[in-house]
Amino acid sequence: MSLFRLFRKQQSAPTARERLQVLLAHERASNGSDLVAVLREEILAVIAKHVQVDHDKVQVKMDRDEHVSILEIDVEIPLHATMKAA
Amino acid sequence: MGKVIVVTSGKGGVGKTTSTAALGAALAQRNEKVVVVDFDVGLRNLDLVMGAERRVVYDLINVIQGDAKLTQALIRDKRMENLFLLPASQTRDKDNLTAEGVEKVIGELKKYFDWVICDSPAGIERGATLAMRHADIAVVVTNPEVSSVRDSDRIIGLLDSKTLKAERGERMEKHLLLTRYDAVRAERGDMLKVDDVLEILSIPLVGIIPESSDVLRASNVGAPVTLAEPRSAPAMAYFEAARRLAGEDIPVTIPEEKRGLLGKIFARRAA
Repeated sequence: MSLFRLFRKQQSAPTARERLQVLLAHERASNGSDLVAVLREEILAVIAKHVQVDHDKVQVKMDRDEHVSILEIDVEIPLHATMKAA
Repeated sequence: MGKVIVVTSGKGGVGKTTSTAALGAALAQRNEKVVVVDFDVGLRNLDLVMGAERRVVYDLINVIQGDAKLTQALIRDKRMENLFLLPASQTRDKDNLTAEGVEKVIGELKKYFDWVICDSPAGIERGATLAMRHADIAVVVTNPEVSSVRDSDRIIGLLDSKTLKAERGERMEKHLLLTRYDAVRAERGDMLKVDDVLEILSIPLVGIIPESSDVLRASNVGAPVTLAEPRSAPAMAYFEAARRLAGEDIPVTIPEEKRGLLGKIFARRAA
């Protein structure tokens, strides 16, 4: 049996399984709720009260792990943005 | 009141229509009144698989728009008197499928039939969401292959959010129907195994349909495989699945092709 294995191509099903598990964990997190979209809008509204920002320059990302989730907010503020509140 | 089943998958070509026809005929052989409904407006095929393509006069859209009565559009199967087909429209656009219209038709069908089986179009758009909208039970048809499993996962998400049951906060009964399964290739490690797919999708298994030439042969002649070749491996698997859908608690098996000695030798070669 082991001799046969030597000449056989490597099994592909375990790779398929692993790829799916990683992908779906990610997709479920982003499809499952509109939480990220809601957060994005609200965060944007808060920032916009004080600084002029471009809608496209605000990135909100949610990364979910087995144990923790990381919410990443990336806001690009232009150099000459008018500070409203100042 | 009858039960509404949606046969869905997200991905196209995995066997929704074949499974709808086979499960419909299998349930009908339990002496229950069954109607299979084609929701694939513009690309209907259930009529062809059921062998009723030349008998279509009115369709689902005609009924929704009030151009025909439901009884005029229903086609009785020539082989089984308690099996009916409600075809989709081939010429109209899927925009003619309205939420109110679908609700009315399904409501009517539930009064007269024990089982209303809705054959969903592929995709996740209007046609697919309307087909699943009123379902009590969902059969998620999946091939042991990455793209099909991914799309099934997406559809399961929609079943849990976009259906009436989900909106009412009730639990949607979902079942996995694994089709085109090849036990030899799975054992060799070149196809996802049943347990792999179950673990990833985590919904209960209702049946495993082995890859078989009987399925194509049945559709060639326009008959559900459970009527054309009732003793074949795929047909037996569909009968099992139908029993489970009807509430029987029986273990899932993978029926095997009955082959002679020569057949066995050549099957190994071909696999």
